[in-house]
Amino acid sequence: MTPNLIKAKYTNRFGESLILTCLQAFSYISILTTIGIVAILALESSEFFKNISLQEFLFTTEWAPLFEPRRFGILPLIMGTLLVAGLSCLVSVPLGIAVALYLSQYATERARSLFKPLLEILAGIPSVVFGYFAMTAITPFIRSWYPEAEVFNALSAAIVVGIMTLPLVASLSDDAMRSVPSSLLEGGYALGTTKAEVNFFILLPAASSGIIASFVLAFSRAIGETMAVTLAAGSTPNLTLNPFESIQTMAAYIVQVSMGDTPRGSIEYQSIFAVGLVLFLITLFANMLASFMKQYFKKGYV
Amino acid sequence: MTQIASTSLDSSIKEETQILHPLAELSHNSKWQLKKRKIKATTLYICCLAAMLVSVSILGLLLAKIFISGMGWLNWQFLENVPSRFAEKAGIKPALWGTIWLLGLTSIISIPLGVGAAVYIEEIMRPSRLKNFIELNIANLTSVPSIIFGILGLAIFVRYMNFGKSLLSGALTLSILVLPIIMIATREALQAVPVSLRQAALAVGATRWQTTRDQILPQALPNILTGIILSISRAIGETAPLIMVGALSFIAFTPEGPMDEFTALPMQIFNWASRPQLTFHELSAAAIIVLLILLLGANAVAIVVRNHYQRKNLCNRL
Repeated sequence: MTPNLIKAKYTNRFGESLILTCLQAFSYISILTTIGIVAILALESSEFFKNISLQEFLFTTEWAPLFEPRRFGILPLIMGTLLVAGLSCLVSVPLGIAVALYLSQYATERARSLFKPLLEILAGIPSVVFGYFAMTAITPFIRSWYPEAEVFNALSAAIVVGIMTLPLVASLSDDAMRSVPSSLLEGGYALGTTKAEVNFFILLPAASSGIIASFVLAFSRAIGETMAVTLAAGSTPNLTLNPFESIQTMAAYIVQVSMGDTPRGSIEYQSIFAVGLVLFLITLFANMLASFMKQYFKKGYV
Repeated sequence: MTQIASTSLDSSIKEETQILHPLAELSHNSKWQLKKRKIKATTLYICCLAAMLVSVSILGLLLAKIFISGMGWLNWQFLENVPSRFAEKAGIKPALWGTIWLLGLTSIISIPLGVGAAVYIEEIMRPSRLKNFIELNIANLTSVPSIIFGILGLAIFVRYMNFGKSLLSGALTLSILVLPIIMIATREALQAVPVSLRQAALAVGATRWQTTRDQILPQALPNILTGIILSISRAIGETAPLIMVGALSFIAFTPEGPMDEFTALPMQIFNWASRPQLTFHELSAAAIIVLLILLLGANAVAIVVRNHYQRKNLCNRL
């Protein structure tokens, strides 16, 4: 071998190992991100918990951090968040399942290739646009039916968050339904059942793991949803189950504080990390629940 | 009157069936039941179709509402003016330029990192506990709320690294937000490349990196590009992380470099929408139209790119 070729081969291999090392480093970024999130939230909220006891934070029912006398009971924020997320599921889950059933069982290939991209467009619309829609279209509509509703209300936010998470439920449930073996459905038809009976008694139970996982993911998305809720539901921490009142969610509180100029080290600045930690833990729990359900129910029909 | 008629009709049927066969009544019942089952089946179909149409018409309603409110404000002046207290003079120039800067910086940072990491995980890494952990981790990161990424950006880029409320902080935060999405899109594109291609390249003595660079990446490129464009267009619509890293809502100049303070289209939309005056809501709608044109334009580019490269690849193979 000529020295030239040997050299070329050597540099080639050297460059290759350099590239591979770089790529390896890139692949660890995701782990670093997670560590970063956990570390930042834990460190900064530990400062917060030096001033406010965990007991006061979790079990008192008044949240008034921005003016005297300050109160730091996170329950109204959690309640507001769960209220909006729960109501949003009442919109996204039935609609989403029906859409998924239509797409996977009834739609012709042409109808599918028309509707699927439209759902993707709906999924790609930024959340601040949905917030605008809730404020200028849904809220006036609600108030025309029920004039006692406040200008900012939880129901309007819940409806719009339901619309936002609808494509998520629909596409995940659609995937789950399409992965049910067609032999199962054909077995049902061979017994002389109608399409509705096959869908209810064979398809839905067989696809239940994926469908339930899609609910949980939609719920978790609704919990973390920020801009639409900030615009539509207002910023009044309020321990209530009445959807016509103005409330505040955890994410909306974080936005409210960071819109103002809060100096670092103040108790308001620290409180966004504590609220963020609770938000992160709730969504993490929901996501793990979703993947656990997928794993657990998978044994069902395969 | 009708009641009597119907009962007499019922009894006449019953008499008739009793004469026919003892089992006839059952069959008469089951016929009715069959009809009931068929009605149920049709009802379900109609419900599903209605749900689909409702979902699509919500999209239509949303777009119509925005276009009707905002169209009147949309002109060159709106694109060239800076925000103002007076609705007539207000424009989105700083916001538009901020968004373009963010788009560029986020792409430069996130595309090499995301694609590189995905290539490493999918093509080079051997199955191991670490690989499983990374995969789980990426899947979890995609469903972390965007505001949490904003908090991370605020703490790390704005405060610890001292980049301040700059374009760079915003772009880095958005990059961290889209990285998992880009990685998942890239991995799906790589998984769609047939295994036989890898085996053939490895069989003639190519190293893993050579196989990836010369055979797999060119094949997967169209799908990777589509995934990247869709992911980044999602980042461009994000508002919450930008609020966290301190994007301003009122700014009268266009940013000159990555360390400048900035605003962005979603911020401007949020700012105008949260004011009580109706005219500002209409300005907000006009800004939404510009944002949606940007996003839908990006989607259209994604589709064109995919089609173009797919045809080219096909030609090469032939």
